[in-house]
Amino acid sequence: MQDINEVKTHIKNFDPNDEILSTKNLSVFYGGTIQKLFNASLQFKKNSITALIGGSGSGKSTFLRSINRMNDKVAKITGEIWYHGLDINKSDINVYELRKNIGMVFQKPNPFPKSIRENIIYALKANGQKDKGQLDQIVEESLRAAALWDEVKDNLDKSALALSGGQQQRLCIARALAVKPEVILLDEPASALDPVSTSKLEDTLKQLRSDYTMIMVTHNMQQASRISDYTAFFHLGHVLEYDKTENIFTNPQGKITEDYIRGSFG
Amino acid sequence: MNAKTRDKVATAVIYALVSVVVVILFGIIGNILVSGVPHLSWHFLTSEASSYQAGGGVRDQLFNSLYLLVLTMIISLPIALGAAIYLAEYATDNWFTSLIRTTIEILSSLPSIVVGLFGYLLFVVQFGFGFSIISGALALTFFNLPTLTSNIEQAIAGVPQTQRDAGLALGLSNWKTIRGIVLPAALPGILTGVILSAGRIFGEAAALIYTAGQSGSTIDYSNWNPFSPTSFLNVMRPAETLAVHIWKVNTEGIIPDADIVSAATSALLIIVVILFNLGARALGNHLYRKLTAAKS
Amino acid sequence: MNNKQDLKQVVNQALAEQKVPHVKLKKIGVDKVNVERLTKPSKETRQEYWGKGLTYAAIILIIALVVSIIGFIAVRGLSTFLQNHVNVFHFLTSTDWDPGEGKNYVGAAAMIVTSFAVTILAALVATPFAIAVALFMTEYSSKKGGHFLQTVMELLVGIPSVVYGFLGLTIIVPLIRNIFGGTGFGILSATLVLFVMVLPTITSLTVDSLNAVPNHYRQASAALGATHWQTIYKVVLRVAAPRIMTAVIFGMARAFGEALAVQMVIGNAVLMPYNLVSPSATLTSQLTSQMGNTVMGTLPNNALWSLALLLLIMALFFNFLVRFVGKKGQK
Repeated sequence: MQDINEVKTHIKNFDPNDEILSTKNLSVFYGGTIQKLFNASLQFKKNSITALIGGSGSGKSTFLRSINRMNDKVAKITGEIWYHGLDINKSDINVYELRKNIGMVFQKPNPFPKSIRENIIYALKANGQKDKGQLDQIVEESLRAAALWDEVKDNLDKSALALSGGQQQRLCIARALAVKPEVILLDEPASALDPVSTSKLEDTLKQLRSDYTMIMVTHNMQQASRISDYTAFFHLGHVLEYDKTENIFTNPQGKITEDYIRGSFG
Repeated sequence: MNAKTRDKVATAVIYALVSVVVVILFGIIGNILVSGVPHLSWHFLTSEASSYQAGGGVRDQLFNSLYLLVLTMIISLPIALGAAIYLAEYATDNWFTSLIRTTIEILSSLPSIVVGLFGYLLFVVQFGFGFSIISGALALTFFNLPTLTSNIEQAIAGVPQTQRDAGLALGLSNWKTIRGIVLPAALPGILTGVILSAGRIFGEAAALIYTAGQSGSTIDYSNWNPFSPTSFLNVMRPAETLAVHIWKVNTEGIIPDADIVSAATSALLIIVVILFNLGARALGNHLYRKLTAAKS
Repeated sequence: MNNKQDLKQVVNQALAEQKVPHVKLKKIGVDKVNVERLTKPSKETRQEYWGKGLTYAAIILIIALVVSIIGFIAVRGLSTFLQNHVNVFHFLTSTDWDPGEGKNYVGAAAMIVTSFAVTILAALVATPFAIAVALFMTEYSSKKGGHFLQTVMELLVGIPSVVYGFLGLTIIVPLIRNIFGGTGFGILSATLVLFVMVLPTITSLTVDSLNAVPNHYRQASAALGATHWQTIYKVVLRVAAPRIMTAVIFGMARAFGEALAVQMVIGNAVLMPYNLVSPSATLTSQLTSQMGNTVMGTLPNNALWSLALLLLIMALFFNFLVRFVGKKGQK
């Protein structure tokens, strides 16, 4: 077995003008000493979908949660995350403002136990937005953008928990959109959904691509190939390969990448 | 004796011991209700206690018990809530957190008579409050804090982490997430905890005999001025509760119908405590169903 | 490179499916990122500051409270020894208790012995019952039976201690008087009252300890052909033993600190108990009945505070014991 540190990596770099976010030597440590991510350096292109693939324990979710500082409480994160000329991994960064710009959707749908409408406007009201008419418009548009409007428009005051799993997840996307983020992080958003809901969710993401930058963790190769523009392959905490999705899937450079992709497509 | 016989004997012994416990409980509850309920008349509930004649009631004691309960909750709930939020949400795994937990455990293990005597030293003597409702409410607060805190902490910790993630990912502060999302979701558990500790407070006497006092003053229920010495709302007046009344008439009282008064008061106490217990469960279930309802 | 050709086909097909019409966003869309705001404190920062501060204040208040309880009672309790110059050894071993006018008779031995006697006896009586009930709830009964006993235990916990005292006074004391003669007051009555009071405490913690025993232990034992009782006795109880110990200590702590119920049935005579049915007094019963009859600052009063200090120390000791046994059980 080859030492993982000596495996040759194949990371594509862009013109820095095209990037919206990039990481440099990002490493994550749990419990002080256990390292889960090793020097990840990736650039993310504006208005694109990037898929992070790899087996479980490969560090892809850890990487994702570190970008909007959701891991601060449980892990030590070293390295840099560049966003609009700022290293947002610094301690003086206002993480609350940051998360309004870099939103997140989780693996398990997690709507609040409130009404559908309230789910979407809760954070807006907390930010001091009070105009009812404007809030109503935002509710409608974010639900439309998340392709949920037609299904729920007559029941906006119904409990969000009454929705199906797939609907709940699209509600979570609508909720994230309402805060007007620039980047959306998606942590295996379809893993808890059935095939029909998954395909609806994927349609939604495709529609959103021209307005938002999305970074999505997935362990479903078909899904990655269906909707992503770029793909990064993680293995045991290291990023081994990063390129256009097409290239990664049709012409993987490394042996480990090739084995993984072939094995996953079955 | 072979293994099979031994198994049978052990099973028989366990069933016998369990039956004894069940019989004891029903004996206790039955005895109190049978001897007490017949004397629980409207007259008993609405007339003043008598100091040496038969036929007294427990009107003032009943009111004092409820008043003390409310005051204690008003004082202890914010503190317990704050401490529970700190422990469930902010505390990290370090020496300070374990110091806090140790401190709360110590407080919960102190005998209530010791807590009452501390209240006596500090409020009755040092601060000069005298035997008063406020001294009693503060002593009961100390007695109540550890249980209430850990009940609330459990309720908060029971809210799934994904809910917190959802709030934080929208750019809400931890505090806003806790207040707006975690606490409402934990509300059924918190209310159940509050009601259960209310039952404990209602029956507590040892912490009160040297703080709220063992005798009442004349109370005027039409005097709504809390600063007037005879007002029923005055927190500086001494007050005897139902539980203290039972102790008092049995140990120092000279009324001829002490047994009847005690039995009736005991029945009253037990009924209220059982109602609290049932109420806590019903309310918890109801709110839980409402919060997670498929249709609302 | 035939395989790569296959892959290419699959992927191209997938890529072809990507063409989906786009919805134009007007109201929401992407906010222009305000870089300034990313480095400045905001409303959320202030909320966080206040929220954390408030909860922290509650914690500090509780710590201050516990420290002052210990401090106040220690200062009062020690004045017997520091101001009145009573010998600590004398206090702990002498049975002469008469701190009245001018006399320095403050021997607490009789009360200490009685307190320990009722505590240990109550725990001895209650533990077999508690273990039986706990075993019944976890190893024997159906869900319904377990639930029923759970309710029984909750009701027993809910009964106020003065009610237990009153029942002891009206049922147990006359019963003992009829059987053994004498007054009926004494250690035996107190033990029986405390037995019922600590039973639910010990039971519920024992239930927790039995539930914590992994199920595969039971299955493995049963698979080896052990009878139900052999499994319980040789496996379940052994594994749960340290935590059952902790449960018993918790029960003893409760018995040791119980004041009113004991005071109502113990007889309140500060005498070394010579049998289980002679009137006696515990630390708590003496405090309860005498604190109101003494004057602050005098020796009789200070002596009572020394008893309170002793109670406090014992509570801390039980606390320590629980931790100690708990730690040992983890090894």
